[in-house]
Amino acid sequence: MTKDNSNKSLDLAAVRKVAELSRLELTETEMKAYAGQLAAVLENFEQLQAVDTKGIEPLVTPTDLSVRLREDEAVKTKDIEPFLSNAPARSGNLFKVPPVV
Amino acid sequence: MSSEAVHTTGSTSMAHYGDYEPIIGIEIHAQLSTKSKMFCTASTDFGAGDNENICEVDTAMPGALPVVNKRAVEFSVKMGLALGCEIRKRSVFSRKQYFYPDLPKGYQISQFDLPLCEHGEVDFYLDGEKRKISITRAHMEEDAGKSTHHGEYSLINLNRAGTPLLEIVSGPDIRGPAEAAEYARTVHKILRYLDVCDGNLEEGSFRCDCNVSVRKKGETTLRTRVEIKNINSFRFVEKAVEYEILRQIDCYETGEKIVQETRLYDPDKNRTFAMRSKEEAHDYRYFPDPDLLPIEIDDSFINAIRSTLPELPLKRAERFEQSYKIPTYDSLVLTQEKALADYYEDVVKAAGGNAKAASNWVMTDLMRELNESKKTVETSPISSTNLGKMIALIDKGTISGKIAKTVFSEMWSSGKEPETIVKEKGLVQITDTSAIEKAIDDVIAASPNETAAYRAGKDKLFGFFVGQVMKATKGQASPDIVNQLLKKKLAGS
Repeated sequence: MTKDNSNKSLDLAAVRKVAELSRLELTETEMKAYAGQLAAVLENFEQLQAVDTKGIEPLVTPTDLSVRLREDEAVKTKDIEPFLSNAPARSGNLFKVPPVV
Repeated sequence: MSSEAVHTTGSTSMAHYGDYEPIIGIEIHAQLSTKSKMFCTASTDFGAGDNENICEVDTAMPGALPVVNKRAVEFSVKMGLALGCEIRKRSVFSRKQYFYPDLPKGYQISQFDLPLCEHGEVDFYLDGEKRKISITRAHMEEDAGKSTHHGEYSLINLNRAGTPLLEIVSGPDIRGPAEAAEYARTVHKILRYLDVCDGNLEEGSFRCDCNVSVRKKGETTLRTRVEIKNINSFRFVEKAVEYEILRQIDCYETGEKIVQETRLYDPDKNRTFAMRSKEEAHDYRYFPDPDLLPIEIDDSFINAIRSTLPELPLKRAERFEQSYKIPTYDSLVLTQEKALADYYEDVVKAAGGNAKAASNWVMTDLMRELNESKKTVETSPISSTNLGKMIALIDKGTISGKIAKTVFSEMWSSGKEPETIVKEKGLVQITDTSAIEKAIDDVIAASPNETAAYRAGKDKLFGFFVGQVMKATKGQASPDIVNQLLKKKLAGS
């Protein structure tokens, strides 16, 4: 993080990996374009990483609020139709999706 | 799982691993028995009709926000304390990203770098030796839905999605298949004692994933590990781990490479096979879930839960052994389930303290009947009080041990009190010596040949006479008195 590697483009393999993890289908041209843009984003983060944070507790959330816990009470689902009708395909009351295995 | 016997002898010795040493770590997913889900109010009863218990949160409708279930946190803290863990006072939920249709959000809410519980340990006995396995962490997360695969398509039921889970991760301390199974049984037993998980392996309320690697003895670094999933019994934990250890040793011996992968155990073929050979290693890209604030708990919250902890199974077994003077094996069997241990202690009390007799009756007669009729002590027709009273009747000499068997089966079928049965059936032991003497005289008179043979030195015939006298008294004569008087009479006096 101390190294100044302001190379203007990200490795294409790295872009491909990120795209695959995010289930994005990108063309070669798009990948090249994103490689440059992502490199700029990473560069910004490198600037942030250069800040000395010794002794500072990592920030998980910007608020000082603490969580409110809910009592364990179950509520019967009134109508499941709205959930199922949103799905592209169904079989009875099950969601139908392309084969997984 | 209560029907599975306590493990006392290791069936797999280390000898056949040659100069290899297995390293095993286990991840247990325990479904917490809350009424509602981890982050929403939908019911956790996944056995309901298809998709009947779903809501905006577990189906990931846009804008729906998670709200943490208090009881899930309490149960997790309770288990963490029982495992001797440190409880983190400010723990954080993170998103674990992966794509699978039974995970509608595209991420699972879990805990990553700041889990609720850490650095615990679990003790148990294996081959009469005490073992200690470290607990690396125990963290809260939500379950995914259930997919069924039909070739051309898959079907998704989200009833289970969002059910609270506690993932309990052991250190890589386990060194053999029998130890792996016993570790899993122990964690299972503790969860059941705390009543935070129903422990049903078949229905997936308790799931074991075993991480297995082997290395040459003396090596200090770990070699590539393989994760075995789909193990739904403790016996299969042992078998799957054993198979995997031998498979890996075989690979190294033949120069094959071990790849880090997930393998499934097939109990029918007793082997593991590769589940998916994804080229790409998992990259879950965890980050703190911005929809959830850190879980903050204080000492009073933790102490309130600590005060509800029951005596844990191993402690209880050790106490049974010491204060009731029963063998280790008995104490381990009797503490398998909390309800059984409670039942046993009630029997001892009602029996006036005869702990050894109570242990024998519970472990042999009662457990045999319970197993045969698929009942538990909670549904036993014989109450602990009645079984205890029956033992007291034997100790008082009111009934013989033999008659007690009759009383026992009568209690089992009618649920009546032992005194009532003894009275109704006229089962009181005959201790009146004159009545017994009369029966003996009759038997001797009716068996001149046997009497002569016995007096000529055929001692073995003594049993014959006892049998005849007991028969004549319908088994109700006091065996002690029969023995005494018979010896005297047969001697010819």
